[in-house]
Amino acid sequence: MKDSSQTIYQALKNAGINFVVSLPCVNLGKLMEMVECDIDVIHVPVNREEEGFGICAGAYLGGKKTAILMQNSGLGNSVNVLASLYKLYKIPIIMIISHRGTEGEFMNAQVPMGEATTGVLDALEITYFNPKTPEDALKLISKAVTHADMESVPVGILLEISFW
Amino acid sequence: MERIEAIQKITEQLNDELIICNIGFPSRELYAVKDSPNNFYMLGSMGMASSIGLGLALAQKRRVVVLDGDGSLLMNLGSLVTIFNQKPNNLILVILDNGCYGSTGSQCSYASTVNLSRVAEAVGFKNLFLFWNEIDFSEILNINESIFVHVKVEKGNADVPVIDIEPEDIKSRFIEEVIGR
Repeated sequence: MKDSSQTIYQALKNAGINFVVSLPCVNLGKLMEMVECDIDVIHVPVNREEEGFGICAGAYLGGKKTAILMQNSGLGNSVNVLASLYKLYKIPIIMIISHRGTEGEFMNAQVPMGEATTGVLDALEITYFNPKTPEDALKLISKAVTHADMESVPVGILLEISFW
Repeated sequence: MERIEAIQKITEQLNDELIICNIGFPSRELYAVKDSPNNFYMLGSMGMASSIGLGLALAQKRRVVVLDGDGSLLMNLGSLVTIFNQKPNNLILVILDNGCYGSTGSQCSYASTVNLSRVAEAVGFKNLFLFWNEIDFSEILNINESIFVHVKVEKGNADVPVIDIEPEDIKSRFIEEVIGR
């Protein structure tokens, strides 16, 4: 079994992602360190996910290929920017989402947003993939990036607790 | 000074800078004063102007001017902290401060009681400019660091038409301007 964080990092690199914004999740820690240490990737830690989407939109206008690393709670913080910036202008981004509140969750407080997450993505008509293993993730992230580029849209990668 | 007058005075002094302009009347006024492929007009996502400007400034070398408002900066105040920490040397953040939400009927914003320059100063911004009447960008354009420019303007909007360019076209011509050369 490959390392889950290393695989996500590799998939983003393979896809040519060179600009990443992030907010921490306990499951994203190792991935964030890898991105921070990569001199070929601009990494911008942000205060709120919505702000991160704004920054990535600007970076896209400047020619970068972007991704956001966030917990699914951040999706809730970003509904308007996804609709009235990304969808309106047709801007691509890869969303690497730690999906808390899924099977194995130890914290009940994570469950409501965890359950709402796919519904929010569906309401925004955002395509998402749900890799169960690192091998899966390598294939699906490549597919997601192709889709995001071809259609100029955001694409989600939902990584449940059991993935890590 | 009316906001459209401030926008006119600023754009007259700019050369080849890229402009990210806030949603609502500010974008309409910029469009009426001087349309250009250098301009990215926001039609949604209130609050995001300074963040879009930061991402653009970090992604490429040309100088970026953000025309933001007091209400929209207050909506995304954390952006000041991120800009300060990222330290782009090609970002000028202009706050056109009328102390209200001008595009929705001039309801008061808290900028009428809180001085946004002092907020920026407290965050750590070293290059701060405040204008009430005249606007002089000559010194600003010679600084290669992040700059916070606070422009006090009157309430009210100019009688200008809506922007008749499709969002995707605003985006495409801007991208062509930024990376197409």
